[in-house]
Amino acid sequence: MAEIRIQNLRKEFGDFVAVQSSSFTIEDGEFFMLLGPSGCGKTTTLRMIAGLELPTSGEIYIDREEVSQRPASHRDIAFVFQMFALYPHMNVRKNISYPLVSQRMPRDQIRRKVAEVAGILGIEDILDSPVSGLSGGDRQRVALGRAIVRDPKCFLMDEPLGALDAEFRERMSEELRSLHDRMGATTVYVTHDQLEAMQMGDKIVVMNQGVVEQFGTPQDIYDKPATMFVADFIGSPSMNFLRFHGSVEAGATTVAFHQQTMDIPASHETIAGDLVYGVRPEQIRLSDASSYRAEVVATEYLGTTQIVTLKTFEGAVKARIPSGQAAKVGTSVGLEFNGSTVTLFDRSSGRAIRSALNQGVVSHG
Amino acid sequence: MADVVLQDVTKSFGATRATDGLTMEIADGAFVVLLGPTGAGKTTTLRLISGLERPDSGDIRIDGRSVVGETPAQRDVAMVFQQYSLYPHMSVRQNLAFPLRSPILKTPEDEIERKVREVAEVLQITAKLDNKATALSGGEMQRVSIGRALVRDPAIYLMDEPLSSLDAKLRAELRIELKRIHASLGATLLYVTHDQIEAMTMATSVGVLDAGRLVQFGTPREIYEEPVSLYVAGRLGLPRINVLPAGLFAGAPAGAKSIGLRPEHIGHGEGKPATVDRVEQLGDQARLHLSLDGHQIVTLTDLHTDLKQGDTVRIQPRSALYFDASGDRIR
Repeated sequence: MAEIRIQNLRKEFGDFVAVQSSSFTIEDGEFFMLLGPSGCGKTTTLRMIAGLELPTSGEIYIDREEVSQRPASHRDIAFVFQMFALYPHMNVRKNISYPLVSQRMPRDQIRRKVAEVAGILGIEDILDSPVSGLSGGDRQRVALGRAIVRDPKCFLMDEPLGALDAEFRERMSEELRSLHDRMGATTVYVTHDQLEAMQMGDKIVVMNQGVVEQFGTPQDIYDKPATMFVADFIGSPSMNFLRFHGSVEAGATTVAFHQQTMDIPASHETIAGDLVYGVRPEQIRLSDASSYRAEVVATEYLGTTQIVTLKTFEGAVKARIPSGQAAKVGTSVGLEFNGSTVTLFDRSSGRAIRSALNQGVVSHG
Repeated sequence: MADVVLQDVTKSFGATRATDGLTMEIADGAFVVLLGPTGAGKTTTLRLISGLERPDSGDIRIDGRSVVGETPAQRDVAMVFQQYSLYPHMSVRQNLAFPLRSPILKTPEDEIERKVREVAEVLQITAKLDNKATALSGGEMQRVSIGRALVRDPAIYLMDEPLSSLDAKLRAELRIELKRIHASLGATLLYVTHDQIEAMTMATSVGVLDAGRLVQFGTPREIYEEPVSLYVAGRLGLPRINVLPAGLFAGAPAGAKSIGLRPEHIGHGEGKPATVDRVEQLGDQARLHLSLDGHQIVTLTDLHTDLKQGDTVRIQPRSALYFDASGDRIR
């Protein structure tokens, strides 16, 4: 298995820059997510790692070896696509053995290898069935088996669960993750689904318009977003943005807007202008004691919690509160924000202002 | 608006019973969401009410009047499908006005204009009224197709997964929008979905279907907190309810075969030792995947937990639901 290092990777298609200048490292054995909206460059990045696209500039190291200009067949990786293509005229065993047969591996060795892979995937009993009659889940497992059987240096997966329905998708994602835990193989996984990325990934790269916006563990990205894009893209409902015009001094632990003093983690920068007070829905409490008033616009029951949509002077705000707590549409309530979890943003650039909270995670030139 | 009553409605397709003696009452002004897996009979129920299918037996009444013999047009229902189908050669305005131009309705022109404007405002597409329908984004097209139902004033709106083709952000917006429309128009709505968040957040009542039968009907809170069976308990809640053998923990009542434990109803620190298989940090919650005597359990824990794979946690039920051998709830 392998470590993959991406350095200043760039890809242009004519005038269009698909990937601008990506740098990140995927450590040996990691389950690594490339996350972003469609058109952000995540699939192009994956295809460059695979060798299906050649970068315009930059380097790709697999196990310290520079491979960026090498053809796919010389990189020893396995690719799992969204639409799993199996050979329809072959049975399961033949489909899984195919990569080994084409490598001219001895027969008994192939048999052993296929049996081992079938054991890992729990598909021993369908090895001799034709693939045409299989359920979606089993087809997916066979496609995975064909990738695993070669013992590649890493697995590359392009939205492998994208075509499945929600219930089945949840099961398959757990299965994929536990398969990874058993095999410990470096896996790079492309998705546009932030929940899937948070659930499965050891690390996440968030991309937008060809640029790496942030790179880190799921919890760090959620708690300490580096940009407004990341804060908005991760989490459901996403982070609330209270827009205001004001200033903050280095060392300050409050900001002022709308005649209110709001707590923030100690700022490490001095900045004035159009700012944004970013707070996650679960860090807001309804409290009659608070003088920051808001009107309840809608409530959404979600079992143990509910989402309350509120109208404030700084725009719409969503709070996640216990479902037992009363919140009546049309009434006025006070809001309390857990200041120690707040991220301030500079509205013009969209970047997070450095603070005691995000120190070490967010860095700017 | 009107109430709709289904009484003992059965509809078979070949050997499959899509609805099997289905009895349900949708009160005037209710927002009823039908929940159930693929094949439970949700869409068939909508199609029976709209008149796109005829029942083999049973009665369907809209506003007290039996409509089984009526055509879809006579029934005065408005249907929104999963796949928006707009007239591509018409503008948004023409698409919205189209249902009102039906020869049956004979709506005056100024009335049409007023209605279209009103609905466009509700759905926030006023600026796009003169665009061609094809020059819209997917979300806008779906809003127009919902709008085409809203311009009319039917006895009931029937909606078949209208939001499922939209992305997550827009879905969240339209959920609130539909709820607001329902409240402000006092409309009666029957809504089919796979998405439990839509069911929980929008419905005044949820109807849970199993193999063509209505197995429970109640508010989202009743369905979540007081499910009548294991089947119903599994329909709502994310992560899903844990189903374990009743004997795993002490205190099961007589006759109990399984215990249903919602992830938030598991106490930590006391009870049986379980092994941590995996910790998932999802930002607003942290999920623990545990194994206990060979059973997989998912529970919630502190956001910034120090637990890691291989650790041991003691767990015990805090508020358990018990079910008998046939899956029925024991109270």
